[in-house]
Amino acid sequence: MAMAPPRKGENYELRQQLNSEYRDKRADAIKRVIANHTIGKDCSGLFPDVVKNMQTDDLEQKKLVYLYLMNYAKTQPELVILAVNTFVKDTADPNPLVRALAIRTMSILRAEKILDYLASPLSRCLKDDNPYVRKTAALCVAKVFDLKPELCIEYGFVETLRDLISDGNPMVVANAVAALADIYEASLNLPDSPPSDGTSTPPLSAKPNSELFIIDGPTLTKLLVALNECSEWGRIAILNTLARYKAQDEKESEHICERVIPQFQHVNAAVVLGAVKVIMIHMKAVTREDLIKSLTRKMAPPLVTLISSPPEVQWVALRNINLLLQKRPDILANEMRVFFCKYNDPPYVKVEKLDIMVRLASEKNVDTLLGELKEYASEVDVDFVRKAVRAVGQVAIKIDEAAERCVGVLMDLIETRVSYVVQEAVIVIKDIFRKYPHSYEGIIPTLCSNLDELDEPEAKASLIWIIGEYAEKIENADELLGTFLETFKEESYPVQLQTLTAIVKLFLKKPDESQAIVQRVLQAATKDCDSADVRDRAYIYWRLLSSDPAAAKSVVLAVRPPISLPQTTVSPAILDELLNEVSSLASVYHKPAATFIGKGRLGAEEMQRRALEPEEDNAREKALQTVVAGQQAENLLDFDADDDQPQPNTSASSSNLQSLSMFGNSSSSTSNGITSATISNVAKSTNPLDELMDLFSTASMNPPQSNHPPPIAPKSTVEGIQGLQDDHDAFAGLSGLSSPPTTINSGSSNPPQQSNTTGGAQDDLLGLF
Amino acid sequence: MISAFFIFNQKGEVLISRLFRQDLKRSISDVFRIQVISNPDIRSPIITLGSTSFFHVRINNVYVVGVTKCNASAALVFEFLYRFITISRSYFSKLDEESVKNNFVLIYELLDEIIDFGFPQNSEIDTLKMYITTESIKSEMAVREDSSKITIQATGATSWRRSDVKYRKNEAFVDVIETVNLLMSKEGAVLRADVDGQILMRAYLSGTPECKFGLNDKLVLQKRGNETAKSDDAVELDDCQFHQCVRLGKFDSDRSISFIPPDGEFELMRYRSTSNINLPFRLQTHVTEPSKSRVEYTIHLKANFDSKLNANNVVLRIPTPLNTTGVQAKVGVGKAKYVPGENVIIWKIPRIQGAQECTLTAEADLAATTHRQAWSRPPIQLDFSVVMFTASGLLVRFLKVFEKSGYQSVKWVRYLSKANGSYQIRVSD
Repeated sequence: MAMAPPRKGENYELRQQLNSEYRDKRADAIKRVIANHTIGKDCSGLFPDVVKNMQTDDLEQKKLVYLYLMNYAKTQPELVILAVNTFVKDTADPNPLVRALAIRTMSILRAEKILDYLASPLSRCLKDDNPYVRKTAALCVAKVFDLKPELCIEYGFVETLRDLISDGNPMVVANAVAALADIYEASLNLPDSPPSDGTSTPPLSAKPNSELFIIDGPTLTKLLVALNECSEWGRIAILNTLARYKAQDEKESEHICERVIPQFQHVNAAVVLGAVKVIMIHMKAVTREDLIKSLTRKMAPPLVTLISSPPEVQWVALRNINLLLQKRPDILANEMRVFFCKYNDPPYVKVEKLDIMVRLASEKNVDTLLGELKEYASEVDVDFVRKAVRAVGQVAIKIDEAAERCVGVLMDLIETRVSYVVQEAVIVIKDIFRKYPHSYEGIIPTLCSNLDELDEPEAKASLIWIIGEYAEKIENADELLGTFLETFKEESYPVQLQTLTAIVKLFLKKPDESQAIVQRVLQAATKDCDSADVRDRAYIYWRLLSSDPAAAKSVVLAVRPPISLPQTTVSPAILDELLNEVSSLASVYHKPAATFIGKGRLGAEEMQRRALEPEEDNAREKALQTVVAGQQAENLLDFDADDDQPQPNTSASSSNLQSLSMFGNSSSSTSNGITSATISNVAKSTNPLDELMDLFSTASMNPPQSNHPPPIAPKSTVEGIQGLQDDHDAFAGLSGLSSPPTTINSGSSNPPQQSNTTGGAQDDLLGLF
Repeated sequence: MISAFFIFNQKGEVLISRLFRQDLKRSISDVFRIQVISNPDIRSPIITLGSTSFFHVRINNVYVVGVTKCNASAALVFEFLYRFITISRSYFSKLDEESVKNNFVLIYELLDEIIDFGFPQNSEIDTLKMYITTESIKSEMAVREDSSKITIQATGATSWRRSDVKYRKNEAFVDVIETVNLLMSKEGAVLRADVDGQILMRAYLSGTPECKFGLNDKLVLQKRGNETAKSDDAVELDDCQFHQCVRLGKFDSDRSISFIPPDGEFELMRYRSTSNINLPFRLQTHVTEPSKSRVEYTIHLKANFDSKLNANNVVLRIPTPLNTTGVQAKVGVGKAKYVPGENVIIWKIPRIQGAQECTLTAEADLAATTHRQAWSRPPIQLDFSVVMFTASGLLVRFLKVFEKSGYQSVKWVRYLSKANGSYQIRVSD
């Protein structure tokens, strides 16, 4: 209010028009204000002039003024008071639309002053005759709670909300349920702020009585009735509440399942998935075999139907189906064909379908599937083609009887001579050799003839492993390995490791012919190599060979544990947790919500409270703010809602952004994966000290190699036991990631501080890259 | 729940921005612009950055985006975005940058009504049009008169219908529209054939009519003990989904479809059928590459339905290698043209009678390229529409209308089978 407004420019013109005596001119000006606001121009200076136009009979104009108020009330709290009178008057308007509009807008203005005037109109609207006003008011309680929980407690709004569940109107019931759930979630966060945080814990009265959120038998009946009557969105809210409900006994669980089943026929995919969620949860308590059978049978068709939805919905459905199949592999056993990829499906849908097809593969349908996979391998999208080739290998490992056919397909693919197809096929064949040793030796010459085409480390390493493994059968093994030895120094470390081990194997199998070559490789690895891993392994071999060749043989040529395709990509505990959240983001990402939501919401709310009550600032707070002030300089990436959140620095947050986008740069190097994941943790936390802790603990939890997607467990099992080191991840992958790999070579010296589950979760997180 | 809603144009400029919750700042839109719109590597429709998740749908030249900060239901967000698109279409026919700019006030007004505090509310187009109006959709008088009636309807158990509808002539039109999905292998084996059906209804019925709808659903016919009905007259529906007016509980118990219809046009049900699909077209392809600079096509198309029926707008899209320089095509019926921009030969046949056969022969000349990349041979795509034909064999057996005034009503049924990018035949050598 310090400066006099300028006398020209657009805002000046608008001001003139807003004060015009002609109604349509004023209406037009309001529209322009909103348009300016949308494109990001600051229109806060026009506040008093816009508010003048609030008293009008024209509903459309009123809505626009309200929209303006919603956006600017926060910046002009002292002026909002001008509007209060009109608001309060409108909440008693004979027109229910106006009443609802007024209460809706009033409760979302983020101004402390207006809240005090809100209480009595809100209690009135909650008991309004008109259901439309009631359903709007119900949500207002959640809005007010978000802003000032004490107010809700003081006026008993939460209790009123609870009573609204018994309302005769289904929409009111649905909104009351949704609002209660929202308040419940928000109230969970209220006292849970860690004491070390230093923030003032809110007065106890801010937390509503937790009994209010417990659903009892009579309420359940009401919800089940309302479920069939209310709008699709209301159904979702009710289904979510049913999912939270703890059934008293088996009978009740059965009853819920039976009442929810009809929702499978709803046209809205979110309703269908919501119903699946409720059934999956309550089915656990059901023991009647026939009912379980009928439930799972009825679940299949709606899931399949979701595959003809728009691609985005389809993708959500596919990710959930993938989860459901991990728990109940039989539900879609006969439906593999619907997952065949269309040529014009978006890539994210194709990849997901591929994964599901492998899950559904069985002896019966394997021929069709292989035909499909071969077809996909000729498409143009390199990423998809590689995944298709990989899928062939997974099928081979999954179904013993089909292994031979899979090898046949892979040989056909190698014949195409398309570089990336050949390389991927070689990698896959290595896994097949691990699963079925000494079965398909006939193809080795063909593989060896493709030696020159391999230029990717993983493919090279795989082929070298194969050569080493079958050194006694390959006439010119020493010659082949010799070619790799010549370029030893230029190769990447995995290739060096494999070359080393393969030559040692060759020596153990044909000691007479390969004395020279083993000498050379040990020399090269110990003298010219700057990787500690390679060097150490070479020393160990050297000593073993020189001291006790028999021991060397038993170590290097030890029998490896068999590999198999893991049934689940997440640990059973996490799987159960995710299945309780079907259709949510967590179930799409296949990782628990805590890993990507963090405490963002809590942080934001805390910050808001602090802003509202500045007198509670203590020294620590001030220190925090100083830090913030230094880092806040117009940071575009400061996306975390609250202005006060410290960001480590710009580059850190940008790599954080990279790390969490699911399909981000999949080829990012392993070490990048670690740092970015760690940093993402840092950015999520609000407390700088926590950040540091996180940084250390995550770094020490994750050996850098655990970057492979878990479903393709055998991928990195180039060397088993005889590798002696750094292959823990491969086995961790096989065992379903249940336990974190022991830390051997992390960059930090801190001991692991987090529990096992966190470690597993971190692995999952990394697995997604 | 949804924390914010945005519409962006292709450049990443914000066209519509509406925050529903306070856990976000407006500048969140910049993050989306930088991380998604200007990032060509993004391949997923959901992006989570920090604890903020962006859900986006691209349509025409705009991005429609929902933002959440919690573990929201992903299906709900996308369903909502698509519902918004449907509603927008019905208000201003097409959702693109221009129409958004022209209708931004209306869009804000709609958003205000269909979502509150991030929870979707009433999204029934018919009801919305009663009180959210534009110049073209005007019923303002009605609003003035009985907004209390509107509000009751918007929240009521039959939120989709007014009680005071009156027509002089009571009519109901039923359109059965089937989209045929086909994936045929090189060898001519059917890999996947199914039908996504849609039953659209236009109801011009007075009062509060109670409707009963019957199909030749195999399960219903069997249940009746109607063993005399031969099984090939009945169609097996794998799954059905209904408009919210249909009583799902009743369908679940005895598979009868009963409902009080909304006034005007709506989608009564969707269904899916996979057994005994009558494929309306058979395609025999022969594509060879006699030399490095030439591809030869022989495509033989046969209409596989009753000769009394006709197929309209038959379009074949026959892919050619990327380095094609020109195509000579000969066709008996219709017109064939090479479209270099899309690397396809488009063969259009305005009308084919049942049982008719036609052939295309073509030669594509290829430019010499230094590195020979194998041509991936994308499938041939066939689009068509066949009137009075259902690929699934579905028939409407009856539509009964009961109203307390007991009026007579006239019902019309039409059938249409079509394909739109979903009928794909892989090319054989």
